[in-house]
Amino acid sequence: MPLTESLRDDILAAVPSLRAFAISLSGNGDRADDLVQETLLRALANIDSFQPGSNLPAWLFTILRNLFRSDYRKRRREVEDAEGSYAKTLKTQPAQNAHLEFEEFRVALDKLPQDQREALILVGASGFSYEDAAAICGCAVGTIKSRVNRARSKLSALLYVEGADDFGPDDTVRAVIGGSGGGG
Amino acid sequence: MKDVKSKNAMPGKQGGLNSEIQSRIGHQLRAMYDDVVRQGVPERFAELIRKLDAAEPNPHLGSSGDQDDGRT
Repeated sequence: MPLTESLRDDILAAVPSLRAFAISLSGNGDRADDLVQETLLRALANIDSFQPGSNLPAWLFTILRNLFRSDYRKRRREVEDAEGSYAKTLKTQPAQNAHLEFEEFRVALDKLPQDQREALILVGASGFSYEDAAAICGCAVGTIKSRVNRARSKLSALLYVEGADDFGPDDTVRAVIGGSGGGG
Repeated sequence: MKDVKSKNAMPGKQGGLNSEIQSRIGHQLRAMYDDVVRQGVPERFAELIRKLDAAEPNPHLGSSGDQDDGRT
């Protein structure tokens, strides 16, 4: 459909959540805004292929997600090259207490496989249905569900279960021995 | 089964703890996300769309500029 005023307003209205999605995916504000800009340019250039009445945010998220994935492949080498300086940037950032828990979460999220991370963000933060998330990622609904579940259990392992070892290693060991020993 | 992974073999109390952990994770995820959403539309993007809009050939305006009678 042509770019009507209301469609343009709807695209603008989607920008805040597109940015949130981009930042959650990439973990980098500058890069996220470049992704959003590229997404908007693509969307406007291909506006004729948008079906009136269909889900505009889902359409825009699909564009951004695909851009991120192709960009990711290109950038992997650059990131490896720059890894040293990147790590240095992270370390020089002030470790304010208020941000500590947030940072921990951010780091854990970055450790998830990309498939799981995007599924979790789409369903758990963007508020898309499993069906919409599946359409955005180009996979089956069941696949999205299992990715979200795996993402959640991996995050809880990274954030909470590992820490729990500090408090009760004895309990864990006892449970493992007790549970699998089978008596005799 | 011999290769029980220790992380999956936490004591039974994990069951109750688990739903609490899941809700904390959900909360943190949304907090991170909504923090960005609340920043609204940066001027950079509002301007981008305005510019593209202006560049779009608009059928309602002639490109010849006949109606513009100039100043003074």
